[in-house]
Amino acid sequence: MTKEELKNTLTTINNQFTFEDGGEWLNVLVPYNALKSLATHLFAEPVFNFNYLFCLTCVDWRTHLTMVYHLTSLQWQHNLVVKVILNRDKPEVDTLSDIWKTAEFLEREVFELFGVHFHHHPDLRRLILTDDFKGWPLRKDFEDPVNMIKL
Amino acid sequence: MHEVVGTTPKGDFIINVGPQHPATHGVLHLVITLEGETIKKIEPHLGYIHRSIEKMCESLTYRQFIYVTSRMDYLSAHINNHACALCVEKGLQVDVPLRAQYIRVLLDELTRIASHELWWGAMAMDVGAFTPFFYAFRERETINEIMEETCGARLTMNYMVPGGVMADIHPAFQQKVKKFIQQYKKKIDEYNELVTGNIIFQNRMKGVGYLSPENAISYGCSGPVARASGVACDVRKRYPYDVYNQVQFDEVIETGGDSFARYLVRIGEMQQSVRIIEQLIDAIPQGDFQAKTKAVIKLPKGEFYQRVETARGELGVYIVSEGGTTPYRIKFRSPGFCNLSALNEMAKGGKIGDLVATMGTLDLVIPDIDR
Repeated sequence: MTKEELKNTLTTINNQFTFEDGGEWLNVLVPYNALKSLATHLFAEPVFNFNYLFCLTCVDWRTHLTMVYHLTSLQWQHNLVVKVILNRDKPEVDTLSDIWKTAEFLEREVFELFGVHFHHHPDLRRLILTDDFKGWPLRKDFEDPVNMIKL
Repeated sequence: MHEVVGTTPKGDFIINVGPQHPATHGVLHLVITLEGETIKKIEPHLGYIHRSIEKMCESLTYRQFIYVTSRMDYLSAHINNHACALCVEKGLQVDVPLRAQYIRVLLDELTRIASHELWWGAMAMDVGAFTPFFYAFRERETINEIMEETCGARLTMNYMVPGGVMADIHPAFQQKVKKFIQQYKKKIDEYNELVTGNIIFQNRMKGVGYLSPENAISYGCSGPVARASGVACDVRKRYPYDVYNQVQFDEVIETGGDSFARYLVRIGEMQQSVRIIEQLIDAIPQGDFQAKTKAVIKLPKGEFYQRVETARGELGVYIVSEGGTTPYRIKFRSPGFCNLSALNEMAKGGKIGDLVATMGTLDLVIPDIDR
């Protein structure tokens, strides 16, 4: 499906979705409690068939966090970017690791670097940093007096 | 990172492989739960070489951050640089001169050969054959010399910059590459004779570490790992960049899904890389090697994503720009990270002795996984 077709089809599912213009691919902004149902739909519907989650990350905007999911369909070769805005003080969202298994590791990475809590994640532990590490290093207000690189 | 040793309440052994272990090819730590000799679970523990490259890049300008990326997947340094350069170019909307595009693709493919060479030698060594390592390094050395002459470095080249390449190729580049390709073609047959056809090698590889196509997709596998399970995912074919849409080559796909299939895919890819180089080496057009860009690059506000095919799979560079001279946020989607996440699925139910054969064909580069 083209960008326009994707946009129209997504609007018919839920008219609360908002879209960001510009950019290479269609960006859809989803309320955090609607993410799971949308993701299930995108994965299971044959017209979408978004079977490949190729990038999962988070961006700290100082006032809020944004989860960014890059999806593609190996069958239809269309791409979609799903974004979820999270509360910075208490970031919570449902895990997608039961839909795309790759999300399990990627969410663990986001958990320890941004402090986002993923509900129903099978194994939400630290992956890269030491167990006693304090703070969320990829957030913008993170300060490390010893190892910080500033130019 | 907790050290786990001993037994589980059910009586299963827990052993640690790594972080210092020759078969992990770097500082990877695996905690393995064993029932007798059978693997029940593998948990990778990462971060021993984590440098937080993503955070570092946030304070480096668009010209500077590319140098750091050579240190991610150090065996595909050119291709990492290429991905970053393409992503910045996408934001700037500059057209790269054709000469630069040819040079980039040529160097990408040479890098791919060099990387697969190292993998091939190390793979054979993992399963007990020592000689192939020297064969592989002999060929790899020739490529490194060509790189050194043109780029000034052997491993971390930093040769591709936004707008093109840093300097023009060495006058002897074309002639040396042609000479190398001519003798290298015969070498692949030699490899097949020496290792691929070897019955002991085949017995160690066949049926080991099976990954189904469904799992390969679900775990986000890419590159030779996914293609050995029959998943067509070559970025060079699906989303061609630079002059990849003008060259003829086949996407190597096997359907076995086991270690031997992954081995065959990489051998096939070496041959395809030779094919690409042969088509381009005599056709490098005259002209500029770099487009004119401003000394200080500022990307417009927005988000840019670029993917390329490295020797290990799909590398994605995701830049979020606020309009400044440095990226606001940068994310590297590294192929090794996702491929590693499938290791538990592949090794589960197999024997501990086969783990090395499975891990070897994943072609893990730890700095690429940890970043």
